[in-house]
Amino acid sequence: MPRAYVPAAIARQPWGVLLPLMALVSFGAAVLDSAAGGRFETWSMSHLLRFVVFLIMAMVIARLPQELFRKMALPVYGVLCLLLVLVELIGGIGGGSQRWLNLGFMTLQPSELMKPGIVLVLAWFYSVLPIGETQSWRALFPAAVLLGIPAGLVMLQPDLGTGLAISFGAVVVMFLAGLPLRWFLGAGAAGLVAAPLAFFFLLHDYQRNRVLVFLDPESDPLGTGYHITQSKIAIGSGGLIGKGFGNGSQSHLNYLPESHTDFVFATMAEEWGMLGGLFVLVVFWLIFRWGLKVARNAPDRFSRLLAAGMTMTIFFYMCINLMMVMGLAPVVGIPLPWMSHGGSSMMTNMICVGTIMAVERWSRAGPRSLS
Amino acid sequence: MRQKLPVTSAILTNRFERRTFVLGALQGGVGLLLAARLGYLAVAQNEKYQAASESNRVNLTLIPPRRGWVLDRFGNALAANRADFRVDLIPDRVDDPDKTMATLAGLLSLPPDKVRDIRDKLDKARGFQPVEVASSLDWDKFAAVSVRLPELPGVIPQRGYSRYYPAGASVGHLVGYVGAASAEDYEKERNPLLITPGFKIGKDGLEKHFEARLRGVPGARRVEATASGRIVRDLGTREDVPGKPIALTINAGLQDYAARRIGLESGSVVVMDCETGDILAMASMPSFDPNSFSDGIGRVEWKMLSEDDHVPLRNKVLRGLYPPGSTVKPMVALSFLEAGLDPNASVGCAGGLRVGNRVFHCWNRRGHGSVDMAKGIYQSCDVYFYHFAQQIGMDKIAAMARRLGLGQEFPMPYPGQSYGTVPDPAWKLRKYKKEWAVYDTVNATIGQGYMLVNPLQQAVMASRIASGRQVMPKLLLDRNAPPVKSMGFSQEHLDYIHAAMSEVVNGRGTAGKARIPVDNVLLAGKTGTAQVVGLNIANGKSGAWKYRDHGHFICFAPFDKPKYACAVVIEHGGGSGAAYPIARDVMTYIFAPDKAMAVLEEFEKQWGGNVQQRMAARYNSFAAKYGESAPKPVPDDEDLTEQVEEGRKPAEEPATAQTDAAAPPPEPEQPAPAVAAPPPPAPPATAPAGGQ
Repeated sequence: MPRAYVPAAIARQPWGVLLPLMALVSFGAAVLDSAAGGRFETWSMSHLLRFVVFLIMAMVIARLPQELFRKMALPVYGVLCLLLVLVELIGGIGGGSQRWLNLGFMTLQPSELMKPGIVLVLAWFYSVLPIGETQSWRALFPAAVLLGIPAGLVMLQPDLGTGLAISFGAVVVMFLAGLPLRWFLGAGAAGLVAAPLAFFFLLHDYQRNRVLVFLDPESDPLGTGYHITQSKIAIGSGGLIGKGFGNGSQSHLNYLPESHTDFVFATMAEEWGMLGGLFVLVVFWLIFRWGLKVARNAPDRFSRLLAAGMTMTIFFYMCINLMMVMGLAPVVGIPLPWMSHGGSSMMTNMICVGTIMAVERWSRAGPRSLS
Repeated sequence: MRQKLPVTSAILTNRFERRTFVLGALQGGVGLLLAARLGYLAVAQNEKYQAASESNRVNLTLIPPRRGWVLDRFGNALAANRADFRVDLIPDRVDDPDKTMATLAGLLSLPPDKVRDIRDKLDKARGFQPVEVASSLDWDKFAAVSVRLPELPGVIPQRGYSRYYPAGASVGHLVGYVGAASAEDYEKERNPLLITPGFKIGKDGLEKHFEARLRGVPGARRVEATASGRIVRDLGTREDVPGKPIALTINAGLQDYAARRIGLESGSVVVMDCETGDILAMASMPSFDPNSFSDGIGRVEWKMLSEDDHVPLRNKVLRGLYPPGSTVKPMVALSFLEAGLDPNASVGCAGGLRVGNRVFHCWNRRGHGSVDMAKGIYQSCDVYFYHFAQQIGMDKIAAMARRLGLGQEFPMPYPGQSYGTVPDPAWKLRKYKKEWAVYDTVNATIGQGYMLVNPLQQAVMASRIASGRQVMPKLLLDRNAPPVKSMGFSQEHLDYIHAAMSEVVNGRGTAGKARIPVDNVLLAGKTGTAQVVGLNIANGKSGAWKYRDHGHFICFAPFDKPKYACAVVIEHGGGSGAAYPIARDVMTYIFAPDKAMAVLEEFEKQWGGNVQQRMAARYNSFAAKYGESAPKPVPDDEDLTEQVEEGRKPAEEPATAQTDAAAPPPEPEQPAPAVAAPPPPAPPATAPAGGQ
């Protein structure tokens, strides 16, 4: 960008991510407008407002110094763990599962915040871990504890999707921290063995059912398979260029469930077709490319792990959501970043983006580490 | 070995970059996978999913077709359709049946017994099988339900057509009735039309037999509907194709007259065109009102019909079996003539005939004196027939009976006719493993013993004797039917029998009161009184209704140029005196409707109104007595069919062989020895009262 014609304060902004984000959010708002039957104020308005609010929050996060991140990593993690325990207790008292705390002015879902939280604390852990120890059990054991507490609490809720998202973020950080490859291969092999066992002994009935229906959606077309079937119909009937804005019958006639949250991609694909879908994929690709580029250019080990971990957390959201709506993964309640209507996921994703923006700023401010 | 080397920051950075690249590649791979999947769904399988989306979006509502009309020979409607407003319930969609029914009962002002009926049906109904709440609603009530729809899920108000039988009960057994398809019907046909609210299928009679022809092709309304079934907009409507009409040989006026004229009795009247076989009237009374049956049968109505000893649910024309009594005598006489007997051959009747060591009585114990064939018929002398039947033999008589239609099943569009028995030696040996005895012949010649016939067969017999043609009963109008061929009887013989039968009515016979009040038209007939139980139980004239004699009369007119034949059977009427006045008035109606109607209206005043009024009064007294607490719940469709069948079982044939002579019950009119006017019999006006 020719800086001479643009004020420095504006030119300094990370447009490489802001422009794709704005494109995605605006597109999301348009889709939500249609999903609400042409009523902008139903979902689109709050969608855009939240984006603005959380964008400001991300800008503020981006201005925080690295020192603060390092110092706050463990306390933030501790507070989040406490909140998770609190949620569990309240849920236990109230009877039934509860995932959120009512703070009066908003409902807080600690497990959502734990997704960036786990990345932050593990990035800190590996940055303080002596380099020589990375190949020993001392690199694994504390990390396993740090992951085990929140993942266990979330799975207890039970919220399998969020539990997997937290674990995925943690494993990515451990992988990038340079832990021996054979551990991951070994864990992968063990996972292959354990998965069937977990399926039969650990999963709740409704979770097991979801997996079974995923494998054969037509077996239960009006029950659990309904979501997947209707979502595939919406995407498939859209064709190459879609039915046109506002003409999606699947969403407008309520055949597609959760058309504005988890299945917003299907709503979009019905009206915008495959081209709309490719547009979304390309925008996400731009965002992830930016995230990983920031991570590669980061000045030190902490910020590198932090940026890469945050990027992969967002990626996990997108990946699981899109696989779910296209019938490649079981139905888990994970929304599509920046397109689904919902405050919690918007906040989480904007925290991730803010953190990556902060890393980008650190690398611009400080000289690149020689190592 | 890398593990042995001290790990440095540089190595870790290097490793980070390589692994970041791996993750990037992973992202790219996933991205490509997603893009490929997207292309597969949206492009490769586009057609399949587009079809699925369309079938989601577009909701096809069937419009029940208008049913074909049933017409009489002049084009008058026996069954028609009329536009009405109706309200149905879809059991699966009703959230709170009690609350919904309470609201509907208020809006439609339903009586409590009707509400109980609907609740019963609602509990029994499966899935989407609609339950009718009310039909023939006026606009105000219909509108009242329509505006409350949002709080009444599962309630479907619609305008459509309902079946209407202008003559009501008079055509109940003739036409049958319609009703909502049962689960069984749906299992059989799997047609979504069957579970469309407001659609009715034929349940009985012609409505059932000609279902395919009457049904028509449903119309369809295409609408865009949400997943929860709310209609967003109309996409188009295809009109229904009404079913084809059926034209019957029936004369609607005559049918109605005949049914009404039966009055308080339990009986049947069949009128045929004896040249063509066209059935002009075929009434069985008492009957049910097909209009109210088609709306579903209420508990009070069911109680009323099922507890009636006059079995209103049995079509007595086809399923009633009776010993024909003396009405077989013209047939027996014809067999004598055809066998070569001289009609002038006489026998002396002294009130009985000794056969072997037993005396067979004539109905007239005082005797008829010298009796030839004509006198044997018009005085109904039993001894004449006892004597010559032994001479001619049972085989000839039985052959003639079958030739004239007795014991025969006719191709009529009704299931399960009872065709009775014409006994002969071979039959008895087959059935009871016993030799034919003389008393069997004696019994058979006076229409008692094993002989059982239905009223239609009697009408056919009368027609064949009248015209000498081999007429078959026809119910479907065919104006181009070829002329019916002759039976091959000698016209001389027929004329002889006709003259004797005319004498029954117009001369010295047993039914002088049956003369019809029309100039130049003479009626010829034959009375019959059939015993139900032995004289040791009851005398057949009075006492318990079910022990009284059956009354028969067969006739035709005009006597010299036969055109119309008629058979009347009055169950337990106490003798032929209950039957021939009805036949007389019905035949009068054909030639002089005004005169006949005047007589009928006089009777109906005494009977307490016409059929509808009497049924309504009876219903009200039942409703007042039992109300919604009618103990017997309304049977569901399958049960109903079974119970109706049950009600229709004909009188059982004798299970054991009869070993005695039937004592002939006396004919009602005292025989008039001279041409003088017959002495006044019991006035016809009081005769029907015996039935109650």
